[in-house]
Amino acid sequence: MAEYSEKKAMASEGTAGAFEKAKLGIWAFLATELMLFGGLFTAYTVYRIRYQALFHEQHLHLNRTFGAVNTVILICSSLSVAIGIAAIKAGKLAVLKLCLAITLGLASSFLFIKYLEYSEHIGNGELPSSNLFFSLYYMMTGLHAIHVLAGMAALTTMLLLTNRGAFSKEYSTPVEITGIYWHFVDLVWIYLFPLLYLIG
Amino acid sequence: MRAYKTYIFVWLTLLVLTAATVSVSYMQLGVFNAVAALIIASVKASLVALYFMHLRHEKELVWAFALFPIAFLALIIAGTLTDTLFR
Repeated sequence: MAEYSEKKAMASEGTAGAFEKAKLGIWAFLATELMLFGGLFTAYTVYRIRYQALFHEQHLHLNRTFGAVNTVILICSSLSVAIGIAAIKAGKLAVLKLCLAITLGLASSFLFIKYLEYSEHIGNGELPSSNLFFSLYYMMTGLHAIHVLAGMAALTTMLLLTNRGAFSKEYSTPVEITGIYWHFVDLVWIYLFPLLYLIG
Repeated sequence: MRAYKTYIFVWLTLLVLTAATVSVSYMQLGVFNAVAALIIASVKASLVALYFMHLRHEKELVWAFALFPIAFLALIIAGTLTDTLFR
């Protein structure tokens, strides 16, 4: 009996250790992600200072309403992920499933609005080749949209695993790691929205 | 239950700050438009990192992993500007 509880203690210590390592792993990955976006943020800073008039004039072509709605959508999706993780830690599987489904729905609406924006710009002849501002706009929002897609793939995987009963009160590391990634996607948009849509 | 309450409070704050950044952008403040937008965005980013990404419960090592790349990004931008601003 003593041996059993000792083993159990060791196993739970192992899980806790694995969780700590997984967290360091995702934060290290996010460091490389920040550097990936960092090049574009640097280019934005340099060109915005050099071509202020162009940036001011061109940023007025962006649809602020769409940008603001998408900001709200991502903030809500962050909340639903956070609530889902708190729920699984309390053993509430059904709440986690619901939250993951809501997050996926919000992520799809984000991409749908992005699609409406892109088609509006393309219809107006505002292409990546039009000028420096639109080059940066498409590159930055496009790279972000790829991250939204990657996040959706991860969230879908978590939803499937939850349905298979992979997670419980004791073990939910992959959901938490996916959550941290999803919040990062939200974080990038928190900067992209004012930089591209609001200040030119 | 307390965790949910905190999250909902943070979420409401983020929505209020989003409304604030949109309203400020309609005022003519010159260079302070950019300053205000960046300050509000950074407050929002900190809230997301501290509460949603659980950074406030993390150990020093995780904090180091989170802050180190931000310092590097600042270095990259500042370093590039020392060149491009004075050509």
